[in-house]
Amino acid sequence: MALSRRIFLSTLTATLAAPMVMAQTGKPRVVVVGGGAGGATIARYLAKDSKGALDVVLIEPARTYYTCFFSNLYLGGFQTYESLGHSYGKLATEYGINVVQDYAVGVDRDAKSVTLASGTTLSYDRLVLSPGIDFVENAVPGWSTAAQHIMPHAYKGGSQTQLLQAQMAAMPQGGTFAMVAPPNPYRCPPGPYERISMVAHHFKTNNPTAKILLIDPKETYSKQALFEEGWNIHYPGMITRIGPDMGGGVIEVRPDTMEIVVDGEAEKVDVCNVIPAQRAGNIAAIAGVTDGNWAPVHPDSMLSKADENIYVLGDATNQGDMPKSGFSANSQAKVAANHIRGALTGSTVFPAKYSNTCWSLIAPDDGVKVGASYEPTAEKIASVESFVSQTGEDAALRKATYEESLGWYAGITTDMFG
Amino acid sequence: MPSSPISPRSPNSMGRGVKFLLPLLAALSTSAAAETLGDTESGAKIFARDCAQCHMVGPDAQNRIGPNLNSVYGRRAGGIDGFQYSKSMIRMGADGMDWTLERLDAYIENPRALVSDTRMSYRGLKDPTQRHDLMAYLRNYSDSPQNIPEAEPTALRTAPDLGPALSPEILALQGDPEYGAYLSAECTTCHLRDGSAAGIPSITNWPADDFVAAMHAYKSKLRPHAVMQMMAGRLSNEEIAALAAYYAIIQN
Repeated sequence: MALSRRIFLSTLTATLAAPMVMAQTGKPRVVVVGGGAGGATIARYLAKDSKGALDVVLIEPARTYYTCFFSNLYLGGFQTYESLGHSYGKLATEYGINVVQDYAVGVDRDAKSVTLASGTTLSYDRLVLSPGIDFVENAVPGWSTAAQHIMPHAYKGGSQTQLLQAQMAAMPQGGTFAMVAPPNPYRCPPGPYERISMVAHHFKTNNPTAKILLIDPKETYSKQALFEEGWNIHYPGMITRIGPDMGGGVIEVRPDTMEIVVDGEAEKVDVCNVIPAQRAGNIAAIAGVTDGNWAPVHPDSMLSKADENIYVLGDATNQGDMPKSGFSANSQAKVAANHIRGALTGSTVFPAKYSNTCWSLIAPDDGVKVGASYEPTAEKIASVESFVSQTGEDAALRKATYEESLGWYAGITTDMFG
Repeated sequence: MPSSPISPRSPNSMGRGVKFLLPLLAALSTSAAAETLGDTESGAKIFARDCAQCHMVGPDAQNRIGPNLNSVYGRRAGGIDGFQYSKSMIRMGADGMDWTLERLDAYIENPRALVSDTRMSYRGLKDPTQRHDLMAYLRNYSDSPQNIPEAEPTALRTAPDLGPALSPEILALQGDPEYGAYLSAECTTCHLRDGSAAGIPSITNWPADDFVAAMHAYKSKLRPHAVMQMMAGRLSNEEIAALAAYYAIIQN
């Protein structure tokens, strides 16, 4: 991308002197909280398409962002941990985004400002919250974030993913791996089941007598027929799913003794991956834009229903039919970026179109996908067309689907980070 | 720049082009807007009036004279084990018929037109508004796409008409590159702008005519690929032209 001198100079000042975030540039400022699939994408599109007319600030505590999507492929040994990491360097140097490595801890909606953990206060003309998920307290009796070092959730990218991988690798021969799957709605509907597949692949290679217990409070789940078919073919006898009819919805865990209690019966396990019920990332509730666990948004713009200067993206939102996924957040970010530019720079606002596709890997070269397109209605973002891979597909198609997922990962991470 | 019937506007004419475009866009967004199925409260009343004598929905629903209608969307025709269906219905299921939005709509409108010897002794509901209200009510008792993305849609899209096969008029459409730039953001979630192509093909530096022809081939499902059929399926002729105009002028 060609850089104008002006963008390049403002980038230099911003990156060399952190307090410059306070400087009044005279340009409308958009503050983006959270540098994941929603936040990084919208920051990049705002900066790229406004050609210097907007002051874009991205607040993200991590220096390197580790994607949660594709982290299952790392657990299965198909990706390195390093391949999941992405730097914000290009967003700062090539796009002129002021990347601030900090936590947002407060939002003053009347003053239109965000407070950071460092104590800095940043004013905004528009605020974008893309905080991902946090966990509902006491959703799984016996588990809290204090126990995540013993029973990891591994449902946010980064160190939790590494911890779960280390526990899998250290599991004794013939041991038991348990997963407590979350209730709806949660991030990445096929994610827990792809993870089961990848864990099973790891054990098939390294610990063939291991057992996998899947405790699931849901009657049905995404791509169920595809996963069940794949598990029977690739991992016969290894995986036991305990659905709600068998007590999968009545679960307690005991991190101190590494026990799970299903329907009143305690069982000792070796690794326990607890994925609790989820809610919008904390800052959404702090900003007062949530209703219940999630932040309602207008379906044509991702504008919060609680505040006309705040947009919310991705997993944290309640928008209708789109699943909580990185693809969805990336798609929503582009609609919101177009809307914000229209409001602040007078550019044309085009009609909202959304889409999502989720690829899952079941075994080597056995990839499947599900996707849908979405459009705003008066009430919500509604699905208008969907597709899903079919059972019994031939190996060539499954291999092509897996290779397509690798292409998508390269595509979306470039779309996010430049 | 390749010569092509879809030539982008020169930068100088952009301001006028955009102004000119606004009424067109308003029309586009109206015609392309999806509508959620119908009014569930009205649907509940229609269900009570026309269906509840034989069918149940909800947490305690059982099969009665008719099968329970929980999770009917996406269910295979004749798909409840142990329920006594007509032979016609069982044959439809064996042939692979699932209850999609379109099929339920047709079945409720005129049951025997879809399943010849169905046991359902219902004359049909001719009024599309009432039918969609009823379908919206039933939709609440099936999987949500938020949790099961492959679940049946919840909205009826007023899809752009496929119209005649690729005509000179379609090829001659002048696309708006600014709109194309916006639409192209959907492409770059998967396709790399720099033209590299591992697993997903490159879409840069295509002659505009080829681009338009390919998108229409996906739209009409002549070209196979579920994602691309879905993406192209909701693009109007003008939107495809806009994308072609944009891709004709970008440089890597």
